[in-house]
Amino acid sequence: MFRMAKNNKLMIEILPNKCDFCGCCVGVCPEDAIELKEAEINIIDPRCTNCAKCVWSCPIEVIKFNKEGVPVK
Amino acid sequence: MMKNEYDVIVVGAGPAGSVAAQYAAREGVSVLMLEKDRDVGYPVRCAEAINRRTLIQFIEPDERWINATITKFAFIAPNGIEAVIDFKSIQGYVLERRIFDYELAKQAAADGAEVVTRAYVYDLLFDENETVTGVKVEYRGEQLEIKSKIVIAADGVESRVGKWAGLDTTVDFRDMEACFQVTAANVPVAQDTLYFYFGKKVSPGGYFWVFPKGENTANVGLGVSGAECKKRSSLSYLTENLNRLYPNASILTQIAGGVPCVTTPDKFIADGVMLTGDAARQVNPLSGGGIASGMVGGSIAGRIAGEAIKNNNMQHIYKYKEEWHQARGHMHERFDKFKDVIYDFTDEEFNKIMEKLRALPDEKRTIRKLFMIALANKPSLLVDVAKLFIV
Repeated sequence: MFRMAKNNKLMIEILPNKCDFCGCCVGVCPEDAIELKEAEINIIDPRCTNCAKCVWSCPIEVIKFNKEGVPVK
Repeated sequence: MMKNEYDVIVVGAGPAGSVAAQYAAREGVSVLMLEKDRDVGYPVRCAEAINRRTLIQFIEPDERWINATITKFAFIAPNGIEAVIDFKSIQGYVLERRIFDYELAKQAAADGAEVVTRAYVYDLLFDENETVTGVKVEYRGEQLEIKSKIVIAADGVESRVGKWAGLDTTVDFRDMEACFQVTAANVPVAQDTLYFYFGKKVSPGGYFWVFPKGENTANVGLGVSGAECKKRSSLSYLTENLNRLYPNASILTQIAGGVPCVTTPDKFIADGVMLTGDAARQVNPLSGGGIASGMVGGSIAGRIAGEAIKNNNMQHIYKYKEEWHQARGHMHERFDKFKDVIYDFTDEEFNKIMEKLRALPDEKRTIRKLFMIALANKPSLLVDVAKLFIV
């Protein structure tokens, strides 16, 4: 299954192998669209508006735009 | 093992959560504290410095979790000028939080709170009046519902509990300090001094810190404002500073983190739920320090929750807001005003401030004086300085 681009906007993807699970992105997400467990992080697809605040606040650049639509589990 | 109902459920076992659990338990009510990670106190997303005055209200200082005893602050300007404030007495400590947090949780347990780790709270329970009546938790592969009269959310910078209860805790990305820190060996610094570096090239919209951890190890890290992190990552700034200042450093741990450098939101209490610590944005917005203020917030929240249950008056929890503001909130509002000015300074301005501070005789160099110099062109803020440092 693929999360497809909405309104031709860029999509957002978290690179799980690089993520440190620090929670910056969750704190700035206005839509409560990121779920963070001990060492697992997911974007809650229907809530994400691609606002990119998570991308900007990530200290280690593991949240990226992806034009193609990204795989979700 | 876990029952299906408690008076108080605390979500998160950091310093704010453990103190909240302890203070609620002391009121004689039943308390369950849930931690999503395997361990209490690990991973450590913190520079680990705390002032002594607040710390000793909650726990007796113990060398098992104190890595360094601090009597001096050193401020380093962009041009390298260093100004030192010598307090001539113990101002604070650099903690070993993987032990410290554990001790606080043990204190809570000793006072009667039940602690469970690897328990991830993923939703709240509500009654027909939209009052929070418990949590949904993932534990050992099972989804459980546990009821409570009050939920205290101490679930950190990544808090979602408040949002589920309709409280707006979202932090503007510009106010989220994006941090990266290493604990490194071969960092030869004085063990009695906290070092703060400022400047646009060093750590724009924040500062770069070196906090001693004993035996030539130190926490070396920085926070940059979200607005700056958008342009360039915290990690890249840290790597550059570390290579320049401590090229021989060996990295023992490395970690990312976020500090919500804002004042407490207008609403951090709803029917059946109270937020505390980073979850309630109870961080000093200028320094980013959150251990002490989190414990203060947690102690008030825990006690008031216990009182509300004992007196069967659930509206009593709304008293928490006023008590928080008297204890810390109003102070944080003043620091927040300073933050807007200070993190806007040019490198030239930082250089001048440190030169002026350094030119003063030793005994006149104080934190109050530093703010007076830094905010000299903002007369309205000097009133706030005077009110903050009435001594």
